[in-house]
Amino acid sequence: MRELRRPVFDRLLRLPPFLWLTIFFFLPFAITLKISLSEPATAIPPYLPVLDWHGGLDGWSSFLEALNLDNYATLYADPFYRDAALGSLGYAALASAILVATGTPLAYALARAPSRWQPLLVALVVVPFWTSFLIRVYAWIAILKSEGLLNLILLRLGLISAPLTILNTDAAVMIGLVYAYLPFMVLPLYAVMNRLDPTLRDAAADLGASPTRVFWSVTLPLSVPGIVAGAGLCFIPMVGEFIIPDLLGSSETLMLGRVLWTEFFSNRDWPLASAVAVLILAIVIVPVVLFRDSLQAGEEGS
Amino acid sequence: MTWVTRTALMAGLIFLYAPILVLIGYSFNASPLVTVWGGFSTRWYVELLSDAPLLASAWVSLKVAVLASLIATLLGTLAALVLERQRRFRGRALFTGLVLGPIVMPEVMIGLSLLLMFIGIGLDRSLLTIVIAHATFCTGFVAVVVAARLRGLDRSLEEAAADLGAGPMQVLMTITLPLLAPALVAGALLAFTLSLDDLVIASFVSGPGSTTLPMRLYSRVRLGVNPEINAASTMLVGLVSAAVLVASWLTARQENR
Repeated sequence: MRELRRPVFDRLLRLPPFLWLTIFFFLPFAITLKISLSEPATAIPPYLPVLDWHGGLDGWSSFLEALNLDNYATLYADPFYRDAALGSLGYAALASAILVATGTPLAYALARAPSRWQPLLVALVVVPFWTSFLIRVYAWIAILKSEGLLNLILLRLGLISAPLTILNTDAAVMIGLVYAYLPFMVLPLYAVMNRLDPTLRDAAADLGASPTRVFWSVTLPLSVPGIVAGAGLCFIPMVGEFIIPDLLGSSETLMLGRVLWTEFFSNRDWPLASAVAVLILAIVIVPVVLFRDSLQAGEEGS
Repeated sequence: MTWVTRTALMAGLIFLYAPILVLIGYSFNASPLVTVWGGFSTRWYVELLSDAPLLASAWVSLKVAVLASLIATLLGTLAALVLERQRRFRGRALFTGLVLGPIVMPEVMIGLSLLLMFIGIGLDRSLLTIVIAHATFCTGFVAVVVAARLRGLDRSLEEAAADLGAGPMQVLMTITLPLLAPALVAGALLAFTLSLDDLVIASFVSGPGSTTLPMRLYSRVRLGVNPEINAASTMLVGLVSAAVLVASWLTARQENR
C-alpha cells in the first residue's frame, strides 16, 4: 500500500488535538507536579513559592530552591496516608480478583450463547455501563441499608432475626466496586473468548475431555489475555475511586481518591492533595506500562 | 448451552439489573419509605418537575454535554485519523500518550490538575471550564471508537478519489468522514453520556451557578435515599437507554446498506 505524501495537510490534522491536549492535559499535570513540591500557605493561591515571571534568572533559581519533597515525606511517614495507599491497593486488588472470578463465567456464558442471541445479550451487559455511575452506586444504598430491601427480604424469609449492618462497611464497598466495574471485566474477556477457535474445543472433546476439563485446560488458558486486560481496566480506575468509598463505605474506609478529595476540599491543603494525585498516578502507571498492549486490545474490544 | 452457563448468564444479568429495577420500582412508590409500599404513584415525578434547582442543574449538564461532546468528537476524530493513518512522524509516541493518557488518568487527578491550571492562568471557574475539562477527558474515548472503525475501512475508495485528482481535504470531507459517520455518532454519544455522568471532574472545575446534575444529585444522595432522586434517576436511565438503542439502530442500519 502506498502512503500518500501530504506533509502539510498531515501536520494540520495533528495540530488541533496536539495543542488542546498539551494545554489542557500535559500542562495541568506539570503544574500539579510543581505544586506537590511546594509548601502550603495561607495566601491566594494557597501555596509557596509562586514563580515571579518578571524576576529573571534570579527569580527562577530562588523558585527552584524553594521546592522540596516535604509533602512526599509526609505521605511516607504519616501512617494515615500509608494506610490509604495500602487500602486503595487492597480494595482494588481484592475487587479485581472477585471480578475475575465472577466475570469469567459470565463472559464464557455470553460467548457460548446461541449466536443469534449474542448481540442482544452483549447489549444487555453494555447498557448498565452507559447508565450513570452515580445512580448505580446510589441504588445500592436502598438495598443495603439496615432498613433496606436486602434486610427486609432476609428477615421475611427468617434467615436472620435482626437486620445486618452492610451499608458503610468494607463489604458494601466491595459489592459496589464489583457491581460498577463488572462490564469492564466482561466485555474484553468476551471479545477474546468469542474469537477462540472452536475446533480446539472440539478436538479436546473428541479426545475424551469432559466439558469441565475442556474449559479448564483449553478455554481458560487461551483467555488469559482477556483476563489480564479486564482486570487492568478495572484495577486502574478503582485505585483512584472516590464515589464508591464515599457513598457506600464508612468514615474509616481509606482510599486515595477520597483522601485527595478531603485534603483539597476540606483541609484546603493543595500541595498535599497534589502529592496524593501524583502518588495515585505513580501507582496506576505500573500496570499501564506493564500491560500496555493487552489493555489497548481490551479497550478496543469493549 | 449447558445449565451451568445458563445459570451464570441469568445470575449475571440479575445482578446487573436488580439494583436499577429496584430504583425504578421505588420511584413509583407513594410512600417515601423504602420498607413500605404505599401504592403506585407518580407524585415524585410531579415534585421533580417543580424542583427548580434540580431542573436548573439538569439544564447546565445538558449544555455542557452538548458542547463538550462536539469538541471531543472533532478533536477525537482528528486524533484517530493521525493515530491510524500517520504511521511515522516525530513525536508520535508523545502524541499517542497525550490522546490515550486521559483514559487511564484517574478522574481526581484530571479534575485537580485542571483546576490548578485554571487558577494559575486566572480563568474563572464557570460553565466554560467544565466544557474544557469534559472535552479533554472525552477526546481519547472518541479517538478509540473512531480509530477502530478506521481500521476496518476499505482504503481503495480514498485512493481512487485521490487518483482522480481530489485533494486531501476533499477526500477527507467527501469520502472518509461519510464512511466514518456511524463511528462519529457512537463516539459523540459516548462523550455525551460520559460528560452527563461525570461528578468528580465537574466538582473540581465548576464555579458558582454552574452546578451540574450529578453534583446536585450527589449533594442530596449524601443525605440519604430520597424518592425524588429515584424519579430523577429513572428518567436519566430511560434517556440513556433510549440514546443507546437509537445509536445501535443507526449503526445497524448503516452497516446493512
